[in-house]
Amino acid sequence: MSRDADGSTTDRHPLFLPLVVLGGLIQGFGLAYSGMARPEVVLDFLQFDDLGLILVMGGAAVVSGMSFYIATHFLDRAPLSSDQYGRRTRSMDRNVAIGGVVFGVGWGVSGICPGAAYASLGIGNLPILWAIAGMFVGAYIQGYLRSRSQTESSHSITADD
Amino acid sequence: MIEGALEAAMTFFPRGTIQYLVGGVMVAVGIAVIYLGTAIIPGNSTFLETTLSYVSNVPRFNRPSYIASRDWRVVFAFSIVAGAALWGLVLDPGPFVTSVQPWRLFGGGVLVGIGTRIGKGCTAGHGVCGLGSASTTSLVNVVLFVGVAIITATVVAALGVTP
Repeated sequence: MSRDADGSTTDRHPLFLPLVVLGGLIQGFGLAYSGMARPEVVLDFLQFDDLGLILVMGGAAVVSGMSFYIATHFLDRAPLSSDQYGRRTRSMDRNVAIGGVVFGVGWGVSGICPGAAYASLGIGNLPILWAIAGMFVGAYIQGYLRSRSQTESSHSITADD
Repeated sequence: MIEGALEAAMTFFPRGTIQYLVGGVMVAVGIAVIYLGTAIIPGNSTFLETTLSYVSNVPRFNRPSYIASRDWRVVFAFSIVAGAALWGLVLDPGPFVTSVQPWRLFGGGVLVGIGTRIGKGCTAGHGVCGLGSASTTSLVNVVLFVGVAIITATVVAALGVTP
């Protein structure tokens, strides 16, 4: 049973999907509970009216940092995939900066990012479908242009998150 | 002293602090559950690209790794919706409907969709997992997107756009 870092394999561990569901449920609950599924709360942060988002992102980063540290230092291989644990690192290049700026404008206009948008749908916020539709359109535009320019530029950049 | 601290807390955290900390920890625990079981670090924005592979022939979306992960990413996204519903519709009274205008949601969403794909990640990928990995790339991305978002939101508000 082997798989690459994206979880691709023809014969997955029977607990693979249940674990994905469990992780998604916990994350979605956390996003809703923290208020991040409400664009208003994010926009309040961006205008310094409520700094709660720092606690959410900071608390989450500390806990994920702990799990990465424990796994990479003390654990051998993941039980459901036999893959080695790693940290989340990406190579630095101009695209990281450009993407950060474009993302920042979009986040500042809408108060919404991908995970929070999915969670927002869960709390009954149907207008968020506008944001989700927009994200698909944006991802399509980017992917379409990237595919067209692939022949011109030889270096390919991966984005896996 | 204590009164001053309480006053500051009321100023900067008018909705309190506990739900933010607990919610943030849960977001990371959800990621850690999948990570510890599979070694996969599940971000939230790759779902956009991999899901497009169901309906588009554009090569970018049909890379083998995307085809291979697209099914569980759909399951993951729907689980996030369900987990949020458990709190937002079952345990917490009543649905929430934003009053942020549709054009802001859609236009912002388009830019978010473009930006996360160019920039190799979103708030979960860079902000939670990347920072948790002490990744300089993620730190640069997060500082940029938070800074630019603060400026953008301030400008939008100054232009009189409410909500």
